Amino acid sequence: MALLLQYTLIYASVLMLVALGGCFSERSGVINLGLEGTMVIGALGGALVMKYMGDLPAALMILAVVLGSVIFGMIYSLLLAVSAINFKADQTLVGTAMNLLGTAAATVIVKAINMGENVNNVSSSIQYIDQRKAFSAFKIGNFEVSWFMILAVILLIVAHVVLYKTRFGLRLRACGEHPQAADSVGINVYKMRYAGVLISGFFGGLGGIVYITAGVSEWKFENGVAGFGFLALAVMIFGQWEPKLIGLAALLFGLFRALSNVYSGFDILEALNIPSAVYNMLPYIISLVVLALFSRNSRAPKAEGIPYDKGQR
Amino acid sequence: MNTKNEKKRFLEIGGVQTVIASLICIILGLLVGYIVLLCINPAGAWDAMTSILKNFLYFPRPEVALEYFGSTLAKTAPLLMCTLSILFAYKVGLFNIGSSGQYAVGAGLALYLALAYQMPWYVCMIAAMIGGGLLGGIAGILKAYLNVNEVIAGIMLNWISLYSVNMLLTNVKESSTTYTMALKTNSPDALIPSLGLDKLFSDNRYVTIAIPLAVIIAILVWVVMSKTKLGYELKATGLNKNAAKYAGMKEKRNMILTMVIAGCLAGLGAAFLYLSGIEQWSCAQTAVPAMGFNGIAAAFLGGLNPIGSIFSAFFIQHITSGGSYVDKMVYCAQISDLISAIIIYFCGFVLFFKYCMNRKAKK
Repeated sequence: MALLLQYTLIYASVLMLVALGGCFSERSGVINLGLEGTMVIGALGGALVMKYMGDLPAALMILAVVLGSVIFGMIYSLLLAVSAINFKADQTLVGTAMNLLGTAAATVIVKAINMGENVNNVSSSIQYIDQRKAFSAFKIGNFEVSWFMILAVILLIVAHVVLYKTRFGLRLRACGEHPQAADSVGINVYKMRYAGVLISGFFGGLGGIVYITAGVSEWKFENGVAGFGFLALAVMIFGQWEPKLIGLAALLFGLFRALSNVYSGFDILEALNIPSAVYNMLPYIISLVVLALFSRNSRAPKAEGIPYDKGQR
Repeated sequence: MNTKNEKKRFLEIGGVQTVIASLICIILGLLVGYIVLLCINPAGAWDAMTSILKNFLYFPRPEVALEYFGSTLAKTAPLLMCTLSILFAYKVGLFNIGSSGQYAVGAGLALYLALAYQMPWYVCMIAAMIGGGLLGGIAGILKAYLNVNEVIAGIMLNWISLYSVNMLLTNVKESSTTYTMALKTNSPDALIPSLGLDKLFSDNRYVTIAIPLAVIIAILVWVVMSKTKLGYELKATGLNKNAAKYAGMKEKRNMILTMVIAGCLAGLGAAFLYLSGIEQWSCAQTAVPAMGFNGIAAAFLGGLNPIGSIFSAFFIQHITSGGSYVDKMVYCAQISDLISAIIIYFCGFVLFFKYCMNRKAKK
């Protein structure tokens, strides 16, 4: 039971972080479908830090890992910002390209590193068995609290405050609802949208590193992040683009994702004899159902997905 | 003065602009790919790049090269179908990222009917088509009636279909490996006939009528899109569904129909690949088939034109196959995935390239 709770919370943290990223980007008016790729690149950044700076003291290493993944994520999200904001590219297309590019680039980079060390090592995995131990903050019985869970809760509060209690948040939301109106009162729409996309890169990258350190001690980059970026977008829609609700939605989705990891620990579930593939499918089925129920009256930002053109009325 | 006028006109023709824009995308993609290769290992970068671009020409003997040319073509046929699937949906304003899942379901049904019930190839093919179509239909209904973003629904359906197909095909896999049983020994009737086409490619038995069939379907898609009432209605729905509704078109039916047709195309593509026997499905697969994603690259590279996509699908398959010839001691085969991903990214800039060309033409 403790294990289920632990996995639920850690997966909920991942989904919440990435969904918050999507929320900031869409609130500024840019649809970020490239979150999946951003997660992979962020995870790569964090994993590289763990690989090369693994012998730092724990606190310093956590900081370095977080910084590494966040910086990688933000730089990667610039690909979307430049094309969608400056060049008015199709955001769905660019997002998809970023997802493919993220996995392909991470695989190529990791394989090149592995092969550089040992010619016969053609795997696309990075190991971080010892480094990963630093992330657990404290234990209550079997239940292990990770620093990332604490960080996720803090960031949730920060995200809410920034979006609803600051001038910056108000301006950001205005650009996603009616950029022309925002522009007419002197807000620089392009700058605001850049900020939104970069913040989503920040959260996406962080979510990536939390995801790959959640349950395992090595990550095979060829597999990407298995649709987690898209699950996060489902969480965001279910959470109606509001940080508070996103937090709750993430808990629900995290539970179903956690079930596929630990279902064998429950006698009742084990006795049902359902193939493991069904548990693997569960989060995706749930999100489809949830999307079907909640998309009709969605309160999506009105101007999302539409490139801002100064000359247009 | 006269020549300048002609030059103007030449640059203003839509088709010419599309071809130039696509070529720019390819060149930029290859250039960035080359830079990545240089970063990994400067010594072998040029060789690696040429082997990707050469693909089957890597073999000096013409018969062998011809045989591998046949294999590349055999894999181009399914890719072309996925490309058409994405292109068809995109013309109606829907981004069919679910083509990978529709493709997986097609593969699952075709192989299952072939291996478990020894069905002939045309039955398997039709089943694959129907399976893909149904999956596409689900995404279409969700979009039309429940306003679910088709991209997110498509991704979810991709994973659901991948796990379901793995589960289904585990029943017909070889006992010692994770792959499905070979069609040649277990169900020869399910192999698509080649009608002598294999003779043209040094007896490459994977060259089947699927290849000409795919080209014919591409032409059919073009005819439907640009010459029929249905195509006109679908395009109108894609441009503005409210206007289409106002003009008396059934916009919801049109959206669902589009996704069904797109799904059928992708499912049929899977049948083209797996019923030729060139590949077996791995039941331990943990990634959604790449064919659907490569289809996105080919669709946009082909300027969203069915005839153009015949060439772009061949190009994408050409460099994907070519990736397996790079020096494995220095680079990995995924370098060609990287290049096609970069090409898709640059396809986002096509509008901008065309804008530049128009401005240059007006000067």
